[in-house]
Amino acid sequence: MADPTKQGNGNGREPTSSDDADLSARLKSLDARIDKASTHRQNAEPPARPTSDSSALGQAFRLSAEFVSGVAAGGILGWIVDRLFGSSPWGLIICLILGFCAGMLNLMRASGALKSARSDEKR
Amino acid sequence: MASPIEQFQIKPIIPVLNFTNSSLFMVGAAALIVGGLLLATRKRAMVPGRAQSVAEGLHDFVANTLTDATGREGMKFFPLVFSLFMFVLTANLLGMIPGFFTVTSHIIVTFALAMLVIGTVVIYGFLKHGTHFLGLFVPSGVPVWLLPFIVVIEIISFLSRPISLSLRLFANMLAGHIALKVFAGFVVALLGAGGALTILAPLPLLMAVALMALEFLVAALQAYVFTVLTCIYLNDALHPGH
Repeated sequence: MADPTKQGNGNGREPTSSDDADLSARLKSLDARIDKASTHRQNAEPPARPTSDSSALGQAFRLSAEFVSGVAAGGILGWIVDRLFGSSPWGLIICLILGFCAGMLNLMRASGALKSARSDEKR
Repeated sequence: MASPIEQFQIKPIIPVLNFTNSSLFMVGAAALIVGGLLLATRKRAMVPGRAQSVAEGLHDFVANTLTDATGREGMKFFPLVFSLFMFVLTANLLGMIPGFFTVTSHIIVTFALAMLVIGTVVIYGFLKHGTHFLGLFVPSGVPVWLLPFIVVIEIISFLSRPISLSLRLFANMLAGHIALKVFAGFVVALLGAGGALTILAPLPLLMAVALMALEFLVAALQAYVFTVLTCIYLNDALHPGH
């Protein structure tokens, strides 16, 4: 496929060399360019938010904090429940386990494993 | 050799008022922000000078972060978010000056900031959406028999937000400053050891220099992370969704 034929086609709009092969080739190249442009746009959009994990160390700190805080919140809640209802130690045990689950949930959410489930609605 | 955690000690300056070195640096950071921004925007030039464009850049940066996460209507929280960002950033960077106290390396300070954010989210959420705000804890598309567990887990996950928000900032600042102090301490210890060990003294010094650069990055990054997460939580208050 030479360039001159393409240019002639684009400028003149005459059906001089508009055989099927040329047309399909141009369609293909257009498709490729649209694909490229759309993937480029898709790539360009997401970094608006997850810039927080620009460094691996920052991400490690962030994820560990997510998990630890889930367990800690569960522990504190269990302790309060035990204090209020005198159900020691069951409140602490159950809430710690639930806190572990919450920590896992936080972790998955922060690392983006649950992104399709939640942030679609958010945005 | 001084202990690596001695730098975090709270020392009273004016004991009668309970004014400590921590209070001094908090007031200092606030004064620096207010004074600096007032000074930078004093001229209100159409074509900004250096100081003014820094101030405008900070404003635009926080405004963009906020609108990215919450949309246009999130801008009503801009004063809160901008103040938080500037305070955390300034406090972190002030702490990087040798001999200065790092306010954000105390969990009570970061926890107070986090509670401010979560308090705003909860109060605004209930005022704006009423009981519909509780829908935040009920994710859609969950089988009924699983729902009680999920709701409890979601509530604990929500309760863990202020903890994780404060813990992250606090742990980063604490760990960074301790690591710096430990490596700096190695230099002194190796110099004092004499003999062949003295030759090794520049090695931890190099490490301390590298860590210093990393700490500046972390100081700015953590202020940004704190801001982004604040925006995401505020988004929950604005649009409880589900």
